[in-house]
Amino acid sequence: MSKTVPVRLEVNGVEHQLDVEPRVLLVHALRDRLGLTGTHVGCDTSNCGACTVHLNGRAVKSCTVLAVQADGAAVTTIEGMGNEQQLHPLQEAFWNDHGLQCGYCTPGMIMAAAGLLAENPNPTESEVRHALEGNLCRCTGYHNIVKAVLDAAAVGSGVTAQPEVKA
Amino acid sequence: MIPAEFDYLAPDSLQEAIQALADGGEDAKLLAGGHSLLPLMKLRLATPALLVDLRKVPGLHGIERENGSWRIGAMTTHSELEHSEQLGVVARAAGTIADPQVRNRGTIGGSLAHGDPASDLPAVMLITEGSVTLQGPGGQRVVAANELFQDYMETAIEPTEVLTEVRFPVLEGWGFGYQKFNRRSEDWAMVAVCAVIQQTGDICEDVRVGLTHMGSVPLRATAVEEALRGQSLNAENIAKAAQEAAQGTSPPADLNASEEYKRHLARVLSRRALEEAAGLS
Ligand SMILES: Cc1cc2nc3c(=O)[nH]c(=O)nc-3n(C[C@H](O)[C@H](O)[C@H](O)COP(=O)(O)OP(=O)(O)OC[C@H]3O[C@@H](n4cnc5c(N)ncnc54)[C@H](O)[C@@H]3O)c2cc1C
Ligand code: FES
Ligand code: FES
Repeated sequence: MSKTVPVRLEVNGVEHQLDVEPRVLLVHALRDRLGLTGTHVGCDTSNCGACTVHLNGRAVKSCTVLAVQADGAAVTTIEGMGNEQQLHPLQEAFWNDHGLQCGYCTPGMIMAAAGLLAENPNPTESEVRHALEGNLCRCTGYHNIVKAVLDAAAVGSGVTAQPEVKA
Repeated sequence: MIPAEFDYLAPDSLQEAIQALADGGEDAKLLAGGHSLLPLMKLRLATPALLVDLRKVPGLHGIERENGSWRIGAMTTHSELEHSEQLGVVARAAGTIADPQVRNRGTIGGSLAHGDPASDLPAVMLITEGSVTLQGPGGQRVVAANELFQDYMETAIEPTEVLTEVRFPVLEGWGFGYQKFNRRSEDWAMVAVCAVIQQTGDICEDVRVGLTHMGSVPLRATAVEEALRGQSLNAENIAKAAQEAAQGTSPPADLNASEEYKRHLARVLSRRALEEAAGLS
C-alpha cells in the first residue's frame, strides 16, 4: 500500500479528517469511509453522472476526482439536500412528477440539476436538457426528469449549493 | 476501477512542482483537472508512480486581457472559458466539451498538454494563432500553437515542463463559427471545424479554418482559406471553398466514422462554420 495522506473534507456541513491512499476516489471515500451511500457508481468511466456531487458548489463526477484533490473543499451529496421530514424542492418535484423509476440515476440527476439552478434559477427546457447531458437514465426517457427540474425552478427552489470556496 | 498505486504531492509553488517532476523522472506526471489522466489511470493504461497536483500552485488561474492579447492561466476550467463570452470562438468551443460536470474540472492547460486530436481546444488555438508558455528547470520558453502538437498525444512539452499560461490575440471584429459533430452530446467530436473571418462589407479580408480529429494532430484547412480569401462571402463561394476541407488530411477511422465519412463531415461542417462566421446562418 502506498503512503496514506491526510485529507480534510467538509461534507454536508460536517468536518471530516481522513487518511486515504492517494488513489482512493472521492466517491469511494464518501460511500465506504463516510457511509454516504446516496452517491451511486453507475459506469465508473465518467459518463453516466450517477456519482455527481458538488465540490465547492460545483457539480462534478466524484468517480473522476481523487479524494486528495478535494482536500480542504466543501462537498455536498444528496444526503445534504433534504431529509424525509423536509424534502428539497428538487426531491419533492421528482416525486410529484414521477421523475424516477428505479431511482439509480436520481441522486446524480438532482445534484446536476441543483448545479444548474444555482447558476441559472430560471432555465428554459432546452437549458435543462443541456445541463443534464452528463447524466444517463435508463428508465424514464428523461421527459419527467426535465419536467421535475422545471417545476422545482418554478417554486423558486432556494438551492442549498455551497458558495464557491477557493482552495 | 481503481488506479494502480502512486505517490501524491500538491506543492505550493511552481518551482517545487518543477523540482518534483525532475526528481520523479519519467514516472512522474502532472495532475490538473484529472479528466483525461484519471480515466486512463483507472483503466491502467497509465500508471505513473508520482502525481504532482497543480491545484495549490499560485498564479495558474484566470482570464486577463493584456495589450491586445488574452492571457489564460493553465488551470482555468472549461466552464470558466465557456462563461467568458468575450473569448469568442474559444468560449464557444469550450462550451461544447463533454458535459457541465466535466467542464467544471477539465482545464485548458490539461487539454492542450494531453494533445488528443479529438479534443476541441487544440484546433481553436491553431486558428487564434496563440501560444503557450512553458516553465522548466532551465527557465521559460514560449511555443506557438502550430509547433505544440507533434503527433498523436505528443506535444513539444518536455516531461519536466509545466504549461503555465495560454496567450492568443484578441480577434476584435472577427466573426466566428464552431461546428462539432458527434452522436451523443456528451461525446468527443467525430469531426469539428472552427472558423474565424475578418470581413469588410461582404469581402473576406482574412479567414482561418481549423480541423479537429482529421489527423493525428489538429490541422489548418489552408486550401479552404486560400479559396475564400479576397472573395465575396456568399453561400456559393463558401460552399465551393468548403469542398477543399479534406485536402491533405488522413483522418483516423474509428467505431463511429470511416475515413471517407470524416472527409464528408469536414466539408459539410466547414461550410456551416464559415456561414456562421460570415453571419449568413
Ligand atoms: C466523459 C468525458 C468526455 C470528454 N469529452 C471531451 C470533449 O468532447 N472534448 C474535449 O476537448 N475534451 C473532452 N474531455 C477531456 C477533458 O476536456 C479533459 O479535462 C482535458 O482534456 C484534460 O484536462 P485536465 O485538466 O482534466 O487534465 P489532466 O487529466 O489532469 O491531465 C492531462 C494530461 O496533461 C498533463 N498536464 C495537465 N496539466 C498540465 C500543465 N499545466 N502542464 C503540463 N502538462 C499538463 C498531465 O500530466 C496529463 O498527461 C472529456 C473527458 C471526459 C472524462
Ligand atoms: S459513475 Fe461517475 S460518471 Fe458514472
Ligand atoms: S430511474 Fe432508473 S436509471 Fe433513471
